[in-house]
Amino acid sequence: MTDATQLLTTADGRPLKAALAAAQARARRKAFFLVAPLLLFVVVTFILPIGQMLQRSIYHDGFSSNAPALAAWFDENPDAMPDEAAYAALAADLLLMKNNKTAGEAGTRINYTVSGTRSLFTSSARNADDLQPPFTDALLAVDQKWADPLIWQAMRAAASPYTTDFYLIALDRQRTADGGTEVVAENQRIYLWLFGKTFVLSAVITIVCLLLAFPIAHLLATLPMSKSNLLMILVLLPFWTSLLVRTTSWIVLLQGQGVVNNVLVSLGLVADDGRITMIYNQTGTIIVMTHILLPFMVLPLYSVMRTIKPSYARAARSLGATSWTTFRRIYLPQTLPGMGAGALLVFILAVGYYITPALVGGADGQLISNMIQFHMSKSNWSLAAALSGMLLLGVLLLYWLYDRLVGIDKLKLG
Amino acid sequence: MKKVLALTTALTAVGFAAQADVTVMSWGGAYATSQIEAYHKPFTAETGIKVVSVDADNPATPVKAMVEANNVTVDVADVEYADAIRLCDEGMLEEIDPAILPPAPDGTPATEDFLPGALTDCAVSTIVFSTVFAYDSSKFPEGPKTMADFFDLEKFPGKRAMRKGAKANLEMALMGDGVPAAEVYAMLETDEGVERAFAMLDKIKKDTIWWEAGAQPPQLLADGEVAMTTAYNGRIFAAAVTEGKPFQVVWDGQVFEYDLFVIPKGAPNLEEAKKFLAFSTDTQRLADQAKWISYGPARKSSGALVGKFMDGTTDMGPHMPTSAENLTNALPSSYEFWVDRDSELNERFNAWLAAS
Repeated sequence: MTDATQLLTTADGRPLKAALAAAQARARRKAFFLVAPLLLFVVVTFILPIGQMLQRSIYHDGFSSNAPALAAWFDENPDAMPDEAAYAALAADLLLMKNNKTAGEAGTRINYTVSGTRSLFTSSARNADDLQPPFTDALLAVDQKWADPLIWQAMRAAASPYTTDFYLIALDRQRTADGGTEVVAENQRIYLWLFGKTFVLSAVITIVCLLLAFPIAHLLATLPMSKSNLLMILVLLPFWTSLLVRTTSWIVLLQGQGVVNNVLVSLGLVADDGRITMIYNQTGTIIVMTHILLPFMVLPLYSVMRTIKPSYARAARSLGATSWTTFRRIYLPQTLPGMGAGALLVFILAVGYYITPALVGGADGQLISNMIQFHMSKSNWSLAAALSGMLLLGVLLLYWLYDRLVGIDKLKLG
Repeated sequence: MKKVLALTTALTAVGFAAQADVTVMSWGGAYATSQIEAYHKPFTAETGIKVVSVDADNPATPVKAMVEANNVTVDVADVEYADAIRLCDEGMLEEIDPAILPPAPDGTPATEDFLPGALTDCAVSTIVFSTVFAYDSSKFPEGPKTMADFFDLEKFPGKRAMRKGAKANLEMALMGDGVPAAEVYAMLETDEGVERAFAMLDKIKKDTIWWEAGAQPPQLLADGEVAMTTAYNGRIFAAAVTEGKPFQVVWDGQVFEYDLFVIPKGAPNLEEAKKFLAFSTDTQRLADQAKWISYGPARKSSGALVGKFMDGTTDMGPHMPTSAENLTNALPSSYEFWVDRDSELNERFNAWLAAS
């Protein structure tokens, strides 16, 4: 056997296997050079920025880079309670912060985990020149808060630039004085609940989109070309209209003094003082987002339905199936790739939406992305990154689940 | 087309910044126009130093990028209070000695003439803008007069709108509950104070719409969607005076904030920048700016000099957050408080909103 393979050589005497591998490698290199620009583009404009952003969720050197003495003390005393040496290190760092004008930066980092401490740093640093040993008493004289074990716990955690603090906050947890973690007070729990709500609302929007889009796509796919093109324009026109314009038009339609309510009142169906609240709440978010995301469901469904041959359904009918059985067993399974693609598109878009919920969501219609945007604008980028990281993980999990249940190879985007 | 022009002008402005003497970065629109008319033109006329105006969405962002890249092309930038403090914290701004600022005409030194908190280590305030509440006067001929009326659904029935966020709302709630402006932040430092503020908000929660963009409240009022709303005073002024809407501002319980001039570290023309800063923040210049926009001057002595709006008929005095009659029960927004408590109180606020 081995002899036989050795015999197979090319004209110049090289083994065939090696020559083939070389030729294939060349082809692969060529293919790689063809996609290289795109790859580079994706890496530079997509992977790197996202990676950098996500890195912020575990890295913040606002405190660690400005408090070297404390960092050294924490290193030497891994579990100790703060003693005079610790307070001396704190005093030295405060003086350093005063001279470098970094007290605000360091304080902001600690403030992320213990609320109300930024001013503690800035005001203490202002008086750092006057601090005399013993530093424990001197610092406690400046502010009693320095005795708070929570602040020392927070400083210990922040003494290394790598931190899990932001993920803790994003999970509605906080550090306790003894170094463990606990769930925050009930009136401050918000993120996990919002994550849940975001996924539930997105699922509802996806289902409503699917129910609405299915008949439309079927109609589009079965009508003669001239009529279906006209209808297609009706689907695409809103798709091409600015998102803000569409959202604002819905406000005009649905608000208390809006078109829909006015018509209902003038028809006598609704009393003037009993106008229906359809916007600035969860209902508004669902209605408007369903409308905005509908084309993303119609288009993949349409492209799949176009390819389904009517003869299958006719064959089923001629073999005695009822129209319901034909639909359920013949037609529906063939539209599955389109439904999968549409549902995945709509769901993922819905999970990350923030402009529409911000404008029409009111009190109970906001999603986790509104929180991410909020923290971006408050320049707590690390928490925004942690929340985004969790959202990304959630979407990837669902994607994986989808792959297991439906199979990603069945996806058909058009 | 206008946008394209503005953009190209801005680009050329950056390109030629080296030749011009002072480059000022601001927010564009009517606000930048007010600065060009009130500061830039008189400054050039008096000193012969040219001033180039450059626009940005939020000047703090390019300033930070420029200083980090060691390539500063802007001499003076107009930023918000939070950004002024943050950039100063991060060592990205020149410190400004208040001694370079001219005194008031009657000789009061600048440190006393500026409103409390208007001068910081690295920034000098130019204008004051305010969060107030406003109502549609066609709906309430006998309109609300005090902050308490905003929270009184029996006396003034109808929907309310407030900004979706803790800031300014908690202060207004406490003032609506009868807490004097001076004690608001001391009270909010305590748990009972926060409870009290949320209890007040609870009263109107069911009938409140929460807005996010500054353009929303005048729209909500105009649509008749709400009877009263909190809003930025300039937006209500624009709708009332420029568009003739029957909107009325209630100044009781207003929460005001500053906009400030800063000098980035490494500004190419530091001396001229300081000269410009001193000139533009003097009593007359700050008063002149009010001719163009309804934001109040940051100096006490400017108040008396405020004249009419550019239409020549509207007296600006009553529309200013800083005129004496509007300041009777007014609260300067505390940056120190909010930078400390922002995340905690907003988490609580959002949890409160969600629990309906």
